[in-house]
Amino acid sequence: MVVPVNTVIETRDLRKTFGPTVALDGLDLTVPEGEVHGFLGPNGAGKSTTIRILLGLTKADSGEARLLGGDPWRDATELHRRVAYVPGDVALWPNLTGGETIDVLARLRGGIDERRRAELIERFELDPTKKARSYSKGNRQKVALVAALASDAPLLILDEPTSGLDPLMERVFQDELRAARERGHSVLLSSHILSEVEHAAERVSIVRAGRIVETGTLTELRHLSRSTVHAVVRTPVGQDISGWPGIEDVVVDEAGTDIRFSVDAEHVGDAVGRLDRLGITNLTCEPASLEDLFLAHYAQAPESVTV
Amino acid sequence: MSELTGTGTLLRLAWRRDRVLIPVALLALTALSVGSAQATLDLYPTEAAAKAGLGSVLANPAVEAMYGPIAAENLGALAVFKTVVMGAVFVALLAYAVVRRHTRVEEEVGRLELVGAGVVGRRAPLTAAMLLAGIAVVAAGLLSALGLIGIGLDAAGSVGFGVAWVIAGIAMVGVTAVAAQLTTSARACAGIALSVLAVMFVLRAVGDTAGGGAQVLSWASPLGWANKVGAYGPNRFWVLGLAVALAAVLVGLAYSLLDRRDVGAGLLPSRPGPASARPSLGTPTGLTWRLTRPSVVGWLAAFVVLGGVLGSLVTSVADMASDPAVVDMLRKLGGSAGSITDIFLATELAFVGVAAAAAGIGIALRVASEERSGRGEEVLATATSRSSWLGAHALIAFALPTVLLLVLALVVGLGAGGQGEVPGVSSILGAAAARIPAVLVLVAVALLASAALPRWAPAIGWGALAVAFALGELGATIGLPDWLVKVSPFAHVPQLPGGEFTWTPVLVTTAVAAAITAAAFAAYRARDVA
Repeated sequence: MVVPVNTVIETRDLRKTFGPTVALDGLDLTVPEGEVHGFLGPNGAGKSTTIRILLGLTKADSGEARLLGGDPWRDATELHRRVAYVPGDVALWPNLTGGETIDVLARLRGGIDERRRAELIERFELDPTKKARSYSKGNRQKVALVAALASDAPLLILDEPTSGLDPLMERVFQDELRAARERGHSVLLSSHILSEVEHAAERVSIVRAGRIVETGTLTELRHLSRSTVHAVVRTPVGQDISGWPGIEDVVVDEAGTDIRFSVDAEHVGDAVGRLDRLGITNLTCEPASLEDLFLAHYAQAPESVTV
Repeated sequence: MSELTGTGTLLRLAWRRDRVLIPVALLALTALSVGSAQATLDLYPTEAAAKAGLGSVLANPAVEAMYGPIAAENLGALAVFKTVVMGAVFVALLAYAVVRRHTRVEEEVGRLELVGAGVVGRRAPLTAAMLLAGIAVVAAGLLSALGLIGIGLDAAGSVGFGVAWVIAGIAMVGVTAVAAQLTTSARACAGIALSVLAVMFVLRAVGDTAGGGAQVLSWASPLGWANKVGAYGPNRFWVLGLAVALAAVLVGLAYSLLDRRDVGAGLLPSRPGPASARPSLGTPTGLTWRLTRPSVVGWLAAFVVLGGVLGSLVTSVADMASDPAVVDMLRKLGGSAGSITDIFLATELAFVGVAAAAAGIGIALRVASEERSGRGEEVLATATSRSSWLGAHALIAFALPTVLLLVLALVVGLGAGGQGEVPGVSSILGAAAARIPAVLVLVAVALLASAALPRWAPAIGWGALAVAFALGELGATIGLPDWLVKVSPFAHVPQLPGGEFTWTPVLVTTAVAAAITAAAFAAYRARDVA
């Protein structure tokens, strides 16, 4: 069963319905080995359902899913030795301490690196002697993160892992994510916190209503979207600039010298050329942020989405 | 009064959440009191027939330990004889469930924090919970009283019966309200409240059966008070005053504890624990054992005590009941054969078997509750297979009732075995062992429910036990058709000691338990984890 793995996660035409609700509607997701892959989408888009299928907790109605070269449903137990999972809402046994819980979860997976465990507990500033019932949401999240990160599993599946963490701890998490990538580990990072994904992920997939609507590196995705231009020029222009190719959202002040618009990637050069002829005194051109990308995809009225 | 602001709104919220639980419980309780009274009236249609049956009941300590002494020699008292104390226990359980559910459980899951941030007085949530439980308890008493009057029993006695139930109910409202303040965990709250209820029952049982000064023990227990009302006999309504006074004291105590603590905290502080887990915690079985250990230890302690009580009672049974009418009555209750001591033991083992099954069902249902809480998902996302996770629970769920029954039999046997007419240790052990397969069938049903339908598992698991008990232990007494009675695994248990042992029913019952367990494993592997 030893297959050379170069795709850690691969799903094809994954479908899953819960009663009348269509959770996944033909989802195709590919994550190559050694990559931190951002899995973006709003609540209810199908992120968690995908993850649960990849973990063999839920069975897809149809389609194919491969995890580390195996069948996530059939080979669940074997595969889980090489996968560490952090759920978005961590529930712990109230009468076990944080330290005990870390050990239990890690040992059930197949072992723990004691040195890493100690180091992570210190970095995340977790008190391992406290009973889990007295932990805040952030501290419960830390317990699951330490258990996952200390296990040295080659694939991390993280479902909104930083919910409840303070900004300092989020930074620690980002560092650990980078370190994991440097060790050659792969990560599926599901989130709706865009800055988190922007920092950590090399490629992202955007999921909407149960299917992937966009996949690519951030640069590729940015290329697909529009840049925002703000220019101050010497020669006043009339409203006629809205006729320029690829230009939208035009706002010009009364004097006709302060110009704002958005432009698609193909026509940036053309627009700047035209501005140059008007005599530029100030120019800013911002590429689309992940947030713009995201909102652009979700602003379109979703067709018949059952939530 | 600002302490109580919002009580009305919270009461309506609590009622909205319990609008199925409470009516169903009230219906079941009324069916129990009125149905069982009607069945008794059918069994003893005349005053004369009742007198003949009564003589035996009065004289028997085994029956008194279970149901309390009878209030008077008349038809009404006989009709409710079995439901006064037993029903009072159920009413107390209802009161406990409602209060705990809306106080400590809400607090543990964090919903009370959300509520507490609103315009809600500090005492309002506890008050709303106690009011709802109080209303449910009074309604249970009222409905039963009306129902009993409806089937033609004496009105004053019927009200007395209702009062007996209310006494147990409101006392338990107070007990649970205090228990909910003491610890941070809903499970520990359950442990404290149910232990108090168990102590109440034992105090009453000992007080009612022991002679002389020990009789005062019955007056130390609200369940004893329920019996002391003497419905259809002396009708001492004033006993209700004792319960009201006790409840008032307990509610005052609960309020003052509440005023002294933070939301989410208990009075007993949670101490720091080990920073790392012992090696034994690293396996599914090790983890499950660790999580269930407190309840296992609690059950074991309870069964050792129960064994001691039964052992001390059994030696005196033969002296106190030599009348053939007693044997006849006990046969109707226990359906057994042999000497009076044998019948006593068989009857008690039947009740003990139900308790042992409850212990196992509680463990089996944890598969479902772990899943609902999200912890099951975390475990199954590790290299733990579904079979080993379910298997860990199955192992403890099957082992616990088995050990409980054998330990109890051993304690009874070592304490009283071989004295007078009491059978020897090995034969008491054998009688307990013969009961194990039937108990395991019910544990297997709870396991299957957890594996296949986690949302409905508690209802199915506890419902199956209630139905099996009603059909198997009471079905014959109240004249249900044979085929219906045979649905219960308890109906197939050889009546031991005293009766004849046959392998067939024991083997068939074991096979049924095994088949249900196999189905549970198959179902758990096949479905989505919720």
